[in-house]
Amino acid sequence: MKNEDRKPKGRVGEFIANFGWPRIIIAIFLLLLFVIAPFIGIDIGTSLSDMLVRVGMNGILVLAMVPMIQSGCGLNFGLPLGIIAGLVGAVTSMEQNWQGLFGFGMALLLAIPLAVVLGIIYGYFINMAKGDEMMIGTYVGFSIVAFMSMMWLRLPYKNPLLVWGFSGTGLRTTISLNGFWMKVLDNFLAIRIGAHFFFPTGSFIFFALCCVLVWAFFKTKTGIAMSAVGSNPQFARAHGVSVDRMRIISVVISTVLGAVGMVVYEQSYGFIQLYMGPLYMAFPAVAAILLGGATINSATISNVVIGTFLFQGILTMTPSVINGMLKTDMAEVIRILVSNGMILYALTRKGKGMPK
Amino acid sequence: MKQKYSFKGALISNLVPIVFLAFAAFAVPMSGLSIQYLLEEMITRLARDSLLVLSLIIPVLAGMGLNFGMVLGAMAGQIGLVLVVDWGIGGMPALLVAALVGTPISIGLGYFCGYILNLAKGREMVTSYIIGFFMNGAYQFLLLYCMGSIIPISNPELLLSRGYGIRNSMDLPNIRQVLDRLVSVNIFGMNIPIVTFAVIAAFCVFIVWFKGTKIGQDMRAVGRNRAVANGAGIPVEKTRIMAIIISTLIACYGQIVSLQNLGTINTYNSHEQVGIFSIAALLVGGATAENASIVNVFLGVFLFHLMFVVSPMAGKNLLGDAQLGEYFRVFVSYGIIAVSLLLHAWKKRHEMLERRLLENSVKE
Amino acid sequence: MTNGKPLLSMKGIQKDFLENRVLEDINLDLAQGEILGLVGENGAGKTTLMNILFGMPVIQQTGGYKGTITLDGEEVHFSNPNDALMAGIGMVHQEFFLIPDFSATENIFLNREVTRYSFLVEIFGERLRTLDRAAMNERVVQLIKELGVDINPDTLVSEMPVSYKQFTEIAREIDRAKIKILVVDEPTAVLTETEAEALLTVLRRLAAKGVGIIFISHRLHEILDICDRIVVLRDGKLIRDVPSRQSDVKSIASWMVGHDVGDFVFQPKQGCGEKESFLSIEHLKVLMPGEAVKDVCLQVRKGEILGIGGLAGQGKLGIANGVMGLFHAEGSVTLGGKSLKLNSPLDAFRAGMAFISEDRRGIGLLLTQSIGLNIAFPLMQVKGGLLKKIAGLFTWEDEKKIREITTKYIERLDIKCTGPDQVVMELSGGNQQKVCVAKVLALSPQILFASEPTRGIDIGAKHLVLSVLKEINEQEGTTIIMTSSELGELRSICDRIAIVSEGKVAGVLPAEAPVEDFGLLMLGE
Repeated sequence: MKNEDRKPKGRVGEFIANFGWPRIIIAIFLLLLFVIAPFIGIDIGTSLSDMLVRVGMNGILVLAMVPMIQSGCGLNFGLPLGIIAGLVGAVTSMEQNWQGLFGFGMALLLAIPLAVVLGIIYGYFINMAKGDEMMIGTYVGFSIVAFMSMMWLRLPYKNPLLVWGFSGTGLRTTISLNGFWMKVLDNFLAIRIGAHFFFPTGSFIFFALCCVLVWAFFKTKTGIAMSAVGSNPQFARAHGVSVDRMRIISVVISTVLGAVGMVVYEQSYGFIQLYMGPLYMAFPAVAAILLGGATINSATISNVVIGTFLFQGILTMTPSVINGMLKTDMAEVIRILVSNGMILYALTRKGKGMPK
Repeated sequence: MKQKYSFKGALISNLVPIVFLAFAAFAVPMSGLSIQYLLEEMITRLARDSLLVLSLIIPVLAGMGLNFGMVLGAMAGQIGLVLVVDWGIGGMPALLVAALVGTPISIGLGYFCGYILNLAKGREMVTSYIIGFFMNGAYQFLLLYCMGSIIPISNPELLLSRGYGIRNSMDLPNIRQVLDRLVSVNIFGMNIPIVTFAVIAAFCVFIVWFKGTKIGQDMRAVGRNRAVANGAGIPVEKTRIMAIIISTLIACYGQIVSLQNLGTINTYNSHEQVGIFSIAALLVGGATAENASIVNVFLGVFLFHLMFVVSPMAGKNLLGDAQLGEYFRVFVSYGIIAVSLLLHAWKKRHEMLERRLLENSVKE
Repeated sequence: MTNGKPLLSMKGIQKDFLENRVLEDINLDLAQGEILGLVGENGAGKTTLMNILFGMPVIQQTGGYKGTITLDGEEVHFSNPNDALMAGIGMVHQEFFLIPDFSATENIFLNREVTRYSFLVEIFGERLRTLDRAAMNERVVQLIKELGVDINPDTLVSEMPVSYKQFTEIAREIDRAKIKILVVDEPTAVLTETEAEALLTVLRRLAAKGVGIIFISHRLHEILDICDRIVVLRDGKLIRDVPSRQSDVKSIASWMVGHDVGDFVFQPKQGCGEKESFLSIEHLKVLMPGEAVKDVCLQVRKGEILGIGGLAGQGKLGIANGVMGLFHAEGSVTLGGKSLKLNSPLDAFRAGMAFISEDRRGIGLLLTQSIGLNIAFPLMQVKGGLLKKIAGLFTWEDEKKIREITTKYIERLDIKCTGPDQVVMELSGGNQQKVCVAKVLALSPQILFASEPTRGIDIGAKHLVLSVLKEINEQEGTTIIMTSSELGELRSICDRIAIVSEGKVAGVLPAEAPVEDFGLLMLGE
């Protein structure tokens, strides 16, 4: 079953071959859902808003996949490390009762240095594990989530809004951001049309900013070197680039983006989930970027944007529409099949431009 | 397989079980649990879970790494049990029928899994991991939506309140410990499920015998060097698929044995952790993604479950918090796999460098 | 030996590959028990001829061959190696096709194991038969005795010395279906002298039993020692077929290398440049798989074009790769008096060296990227060129400058493309090579290593690449070290040529030296 060997004729054929059948099928499916929606009494405005909010919420986490893919480290299943940094930053900011955009900003400022440190350590592991990065990333990610679960119980947080009531120590499993910086980005310069439509301008501006930063990075000398490492490590090494160093840098950037993305996610979601919450959070991000057209060793910003839109679109629309139609809740099942199906599809294709 | 003996080499190869042994030596007294109790627990768990872990050996033999896709077999076994309960069968016949039902499903799922893994050569472990999740979606679809609607279920007690879809948990009163109690021997006040161990032993014999067959040898060749095996005319793709099918089948039977011991099925959860825990246990026993033996299986199940049982109490006594002990246990489970994989990757690169230097210096 | 009919007879063998004729009218006979030596430079056609004989799929995939092959009086036409094996033709390759973790017995019987019947075969098929290890071991002991060597059948291949691995391969080939003809390809390359002797003894024993042997080697004294007849190929043609008694080293060398002057002749340079050494390589050792360098000493003069030639696998490609840090190297390299740090491509570049790799697609290019990026990459990474500062903070690629420089080279090198943005993968081999050349030109290096710069490209591109090299040497004084398997090419452009044999420099001659002299050096004389 060699998809690459079949050469479709014509521009349309070429477009399909490049874009990939799975993506086209899902895009058509999504369109179909939007078309059916009004007929079942679902308001397009609300649905669209939901989808847009979720895009803003998850976008940066998907963006975090790009550096490691570009440097040939594969899909970053170890995203939980960045997520943990984001959680620590958020919780610490709340401990001080910092609110609003200031609180949000401080959460970021606290999370980023931690993410850098964690990224460097994780980067060393990744370099040890050449060839098996994804598997090891998964388990390092799991391990740190479990480790932090122990830590959340013991770290000296005292703010009564954060810790358990009875004992006074140990952070709660779920912490509400109400009164802190819930939806500060979403609401920033938000556009409201009518009763149903809501555009989270702030989140999108921030998401766009991060995308621009990443895009700009890959135009710098280091960024170009990093892409070369992912595209052909022998070439890069032969031309004076330190493959190991580039990989570590990519891991650090991915982890930092993971931390930032998590703080943005929390502000939109409105809750901070500790303990085992972050365990599987890498998977939706992985699925989204693959859905957007990335391969194991090549990812662009457009992959991020398209993928996030498609993925969150499916997640938003499917429950409401299918619920409305069949009077049943198949959201979970569809989510599992779509996200894992996309990852499987990507894993069974060869990387882009790999020699041989 | 003869290898030059070196203390350092032996230490590194067996690092993981050694660490676990040390941990156990420390945590057991800390937990305050009696040796008698622990021994009994261990025997129960060995009887319960060894077959599941055994299923991992054949794919490792064929060079396909740790088969997370074993959960597909577990799912097949569960489907078998659900149907058996619905049909009102009890006792030993129930297990046999469940196994019978699960067999063709396992073969089908195993074929699917093997086929996809052939497309993802070099990335088998991650891929089988995702296949497990993907199939979970299909499994949920089947049991949550199809059963009771498209697939008739006669026993309404099995269904959810809405009228279709299997309930979240089911008791298996007619099946509970049927195999275990078939012939039970009492030693020092502990019940030893002889027949269960006999079944496990039978599968061990099967694996040993299998390695001595032509196809077993083919799998070994494919596992060691695909190119040479291919050049010698061995059908590499088919052989690999075979390995996964066998693994899925054993996992199916293993899950039936396991659930029979527990006496309850968590329809949507029982199989989820099976992959992670079985692989963790195998690694704890000293296996790697390239080498797994029957000794690894039993040693691993023993040590892993020992830690499992002991951690919460030890955590409570040591740190005053049982919850902490719980999380510690999870941390160690995952951490073990991470460390084991890392150590092994590091060792592999080290060896390859050494071998290359050696090869080139000999040619003088 | 037989009833007068040859064991193997190849008549009128012709093979085309794309537009090149790689074999033309080859007629070869092999009698029972005869040892035939096959000699030729790289690209002479030895490997292709053996691939045809052995039914390698690559022959079929590239258009088949013309001519007939007769084995024991019957015409045969193999389309896969298994058929050739079944018919009694075995081949021992240079790279061992063994599984290191398996024992000698297991390797010898790979996929042909002796098995015992078990009733499960009825249900599940043939592959469920049990291995009969005792029977296999017995047979292996017998085989080993036949060969006259001393190997324990249970030894793991990974623990065997190299010669034993080879014997295991030979034992495997012999046992596979009644061997009639055995082809051995450079068998003594990896052996010590004593081991080589042992191997030759084994081959003689086989021949005495009636097995026909085709012995491919460049070690002339071995060929003269063991072969009954010698066949010399050159440029796809059969040059000579003589009994070994009637030939000697010098004549074989000249037949092998011929009198071709190459396709182009350039005017000799006026003045030879300084005679002093500019780049000094001492006791270089390089771990390059297949092209190991054992102990190379070279003095390169400033402004000269030095050629490095030699047969394949002898180490010539390892030198450039070692100096440029692509493979692990030991020894010392001095450039203009300053010592060069080895194993660091970056240091090599910074010292003013650059290279065109023989592995164009694997190392030389980023196939999925544009021409512009490929050309700009080393300049950007190594020298920080082609970058501009944005707002004083970021250093970005200077797209405009990159475009300029790319367009300049596209013109100068006549690269046929749709523009600087075209993805390199889409270009033809010749144009891809031109991109590689442009890449190094952009660096304006002092010293340029060019490895197989015209391999696999069309004649027009060949000429252009060589002219450009000559140009930068004359106009900019760039010292060039060119490695090539085509002696003619080297002689057309170089001042001096060093020949590498068995990982060492066999000798350095001026380019105008008689061709046979080079041939002799290649053959290790």
